Amino acid sequence: MGLVVAFWILAVVGILGALGVVLLRNIFRASLCLVLCFLAVAGIYATLSADFLAGVQVLVYVGAIAVLIILAIMLTREVERGSLSNRLRIPAFLVAVLFLGVVSFAILNSLWSVSALPPLEPTTAALANRLFGEGGFILAVEIAAVLLLAAILGAIVLVREK
Amino acid sequence: MILNSSLNSIAYSSTLPPDWPGGFWWHWLLFTVIIIVFALTLVMGFIWIERRGMGRMQARLGPNQAGPFGLLQPVADALKILLKEDIIPAKADRIVHWLAPVVAFAPALMIFAVVPFGDGAMLADLDIGILYVVAIASISAIGIFMAGWGSSNKYSMLGAMRGIASVVSYEIPVVLAIAGVVLVAGSMSLNQIVLAQDIPFILLQPLGFLLFFIGGCAEINRSPFDLMEADSELTAGFHTEYSGMKFAMFYLMEYAEAVAISAIIATLFLGGWRGPLLPPWLWFVLKVIFVFFIMVWTRTTLPRVRIDQLMALAWKFLFPLALINLIVTAIQILVWPDALPWILVPINLAIMALLILLWSKLFKLGWGRVEV
Repeated sequence: MGLVVAFWILAVVGILGALGVVLLRNIFRASLCLVLCFLAVAGIYATLSADFLAGVQVLVYVGAIAVLIILAIMLTREVERGSLSNRLRIPAFLVAVLFLGVVSFAILNSLWSVSALPPLEPTTAALANRLFGEGGFILAVEIAAVLLLAAILGAIVLVREK
Repeated sequence: MILNSSLNSIAYSSTLPPDWPGGFWWHWLLFTVIIIVFALTLVMGFIWIERRGMGRMQARLGPNQAGPFGLLQPVADALKILLKEDIIPAKADRIVHWLAPVVAFAPALMIFAVVPFGDGAMLADLDIGILYVVAIASISAIGIFMAGWGSSNKYSMLGAMRGIASVVSYEIPVVLAIAGVVLVAGSMSLNQIVLAQDIPFILLQPLGFLLFFIGGCAEINRSPFDLMEADSELTAGFHTEYSGMKFAMFYLMEYAEAVAISAIIATLFLGGWRGPLLPPWLWFVLKVIFVFFIMVWTRTTLPRVRIDQLMALAWKFLFPLALINLIVTAIQILVWPDALPWILVPINLAIMALLILLWSKLFKLGWGRVEV
């Protein structure tokens, strides 16, 4: 019962936040709505017994990514009027409709199998074993790390003076 | 396997059940009240300690008129601030300006939900305890940013941007220092971390303690890292345009964060509520006050750093040391998977001294023009 109530509150808040991101003209306020949306998603993770994921969601998305987005917005002009539409308006609309169609198709055609097992508690040790233990995803984790390092180095090279 | 064995080595013997004193809602109500009372009382106490202690250290008296030893000074300050007019700048973004103090203050209070006041005496014994603390603490940066933006004042804005820069940079050494503690304790729950401290972690992780202390002071923008409200450069930083109740919220937030960081340091490194003779909660409060006293001491001793020094300290000094600390800790855990022996205490102290000496030789600012 409590979980159902929590889910509906979080779902409504998350969708309102997402709508705010798209519809608000003031891009600073839009980025704050994005933070709200991230927090609602973290709440949904918490109700799904994915406590570690919820913590990481808040830490990474709210604490780092949203902050960087806001910092980038500070450096742009016309924050209050937002991005004015230009001649890419119609192509952008078409791409968005196409994306919506693909996502809806994928959602409607997936088999959402529900596990009958009780949720795993605590999740952190099991998660660590899956990621770093034998037969886990250690290679994928390391590839991701190298990729991020390359991205950071690339960014530094791009913006370096001289 | 190592993780499992170290998890099993900690005997879980909580004297308080998770829903003490009976029922979810009673537990929730009781601990919410305890947390609010604890935080607000300690905030007032900290303001008094800071003003009187700083006065003493600077060879002056400090506030001594209101009540015995000036104990009522925080109350008088609070009353004065609350009665002041609430001014909103004409060009401010009103909603953001109004929301900012709430967004900044709420996380500071939420941190206490996972801090144990005794064996199992906490609002929620989360498995991800310390991760929750780090995650929640990162939200208040957004509140500060909202204050800086919503005021439409260049000093507020500059202060907020400096704040974000320091929070984002110092989070990395802080989290790496925490990772060392989590490795030794074998759990992220703060109660389990306290239970694992047969040897206080300040002895087993001296470098980690130092990194966490410095990084923590920088994250809550306490002097010598209080660049975002450097009075001589930025008037009052992000809260320049705030007055009345909203200013009081920011003031409260600053000290509530100081209480929170002191409580986390006491829990992670000083053995939390553990200690002989006295009741656990008293030990805990005494340790929190002791940590805060050290913070006041550093504040009065050290001059404020420059912004480039702040960044260089985080990236060139704390970050590499935190990485080395994590690797050394991981090796020690591999060698002694069950529990770390006493012999590691002098070894780790020696490693810390060596690394700090070495790195302070290497540490240069501004391409070597200004050597620190």
